[in-house]
Amino acid sequence: MSDVITGDDGVARDGVPGDGFIAVERVEKVFEVRRRTGFLRRERHEVRAVDSLSFTVGRGEMVGYIGPNGAGKSTTIKMLTGILTPSAGRLRVAGIDPARERSRLAHRIGVVFGQRTTLWWDLPLIDSYRLAHRMYRIPDARYRENLDRLVELLDLGALLDVPVRQLSLGQRMRGDIAAALLHDPDVLYLDEPTIGLDVVSKARVREFLREVNAERGTTVLLTTHDLQDIEQLCSRVMVIDHGRLVYDGALAGLHEAGESERTLVVDLERELPPVQVPSARVVRVEGPRQWLAFPAGQSAAPVVAHLAARYPLVDLSVREPDIEAVIARMYAEKAVS
Amino acid sequence: MSGSVRRLAEGVRAYRLIAGMWVRSTMAYRASFAMTTFGNFAATFLDFVAIMLMFSRVDALGGYPLPEVAFLYGLSATSFGLADLVIGSMDRLGRRVRDGTLDTLLVRPAPVLAQVAADRFALRRLGRVTQGALVLGWSLTRVDIDWTVDRLLLMPVMVVSGCGIFCAVFVAGAAFQFVAQDASEVQNAFTYGGTTLLQYPPTVFAKELVRGVTFVLPLAFVNWLPATHVLGRPYPLGLPEWTAFTPPLVAVACGVLAGLAWRAGLRSYRSTGS
Repeated sequence: MSDVITGDDGVARDGVPGDGFIAVERVEKVFEVRRRTGFLRRERHEVRAVDSLSFTVGRGEMVGYIGPNGAGKSTTIKMLTGILTPSAGRLRVAGIDPARERSRLAHRIGVVFGQRTTLWWDLPLIDSYRLAHRMYRIPDARYRENLDRLVELLDLGALLDVPVRQLSLGQRMRGDIAAALLHDPDVLYLDEPTIGLDVVSKARVREFLREVNAERGTTVLLTTHDLQDIEQLCSRVMVIDHGRLVYDGALAGLHEAGESERTLVVDLERELPPVQVPSARVVRVEGPRQWLAFPAGQSAAPVVAHLAARYPLVDLSVREPDIEAVIARMYAEKAVS
Repeated sequence: MSGSVRRLAEGVRAYRLIAGMWVRSTMAYRASFAMTTFGNFAATFLDFVAIMLMFSRVDALGGYPLPEVAFLYGLSATSFGLADLVIGSMDRLGRRVRDGTLDTLLVRPAPVLAQVAADRFALRRLGRVTQGALVLGWSLTRVDIDWTVDRLLLMPVMVVSGCGIFCAVFVAGAAFQFVAQDASEVQNAFTYGGTTLLQYPPTVFAKELVRGVTFVLPLAFVNWLPATHVLGRPYPLGLPEWTAFTPPLVAVACGVLAGLAWRAGLRSYRSTGS
């Protein structure tokens, strides 16, 4: 635990004992990988996908769980949903041991696998919901109430009678999210909920998640590659790499820890020498277009204001730092210090 | 005990829910359903035509005339057809393990075995059962059986136990796919291969093979052993008469073993992930 970088609010949270709605204590997951080294010869070696992982998530929290591919993210989620059995350590979700009481846990959690729909491809959307109604034994009144609310919030009214195969990716994702929430789960796991969605669909999904979290107090754990998901939804972010928690705290703190930078792309009226702006530096010039880097924790407004007052601007755009780059840089920092 | 009964009820309920969804999915393409059902029937029908053609050249196979071979064929095809109808899609488990969609079943509040068994439930497989039952019915009008009470009783018992034995083979095969994801062809060798084997009299096969399907993989209990009793013929291995009545016990034993294999397979999946 000692090498976990914690953000400003990390300390305060640790001070609240017994609020571990999701509690992970020194959990390990070791896979035995067999590699062919010859016609029949195989070499065995162990892969530690999750290594002594500990964290707690309080009820109603919305947490971003990020890390590079193969860092142990999905292994963690699979252990929390009862799909995989941990090799060591203790794990509780809503007081339930996921591996031992998979079915009981299923009633308390909702899972959305971003790239794999759980909806019935050839049937109208509503049929998938009717199946959930019966499979989860949702009381009739409750089901109707939840369905009405989800249909309204996710704007699914016109889609209920459409076969799932005819839905767009964004519509299907909304449909999947509704399916995961019909049985009033206490915890919602989202794996890449906005992957492949257009800007409008992304915004709609995020807005909906905020509402569910605020209204129902649903605990949300989401994995994503999209930093904006985290920025707009999560007050807390956990970073995992090589199976270990390397950061736990606010997103701003992550940017500091990773010294990440946002990029402002400026189109000027004509070619000019590199612009001079305090707290930002020009990293690239290409004709009338210039790229300025400034710390990710800082607002773009003063930089833009400064530019607009002194230079002939045609267009501006801000590029967010890439999460992989942030983590990579954080790692480089840690290795040096 | 009440716990396992409740689990069984849960499983049957989940199976019916999911199978129902698949039936409705199929009905989204009615014409395709009608054609594949007919195709299923026609393919298995041609299978029997091949045997009839054989009999245009010979009078008996391994000492069995056509009606008796049809009797064996009908029993095997009906038992297998029923098992194939109920859980025939279990050989897709390997694919689900490979592409990770098995995980979506594990987060639902229902037994995984029931969910996998109902996966891609296909009513078109009724084509095979129908064909088997027709051949069985035809053979019964032609074979000369001395119908006693025990022989009469043995008929339905045979079909149900046979279905149970084939189901166990399907489940065990699926369990093996947790370990070897591309083993569905191995499974097919035992299921589809097994039913084809049983369509011929045991007397045409080598003793070693007959021993193998009697004592190792007990497919002989699907029809060979009980049917030779019904037909009043000796079983080639000289087993005592009462063994003809053991298919229900064999089916239960196979079911238990297959269930254990399934549990071990699922446990290994949950500890390794693939």
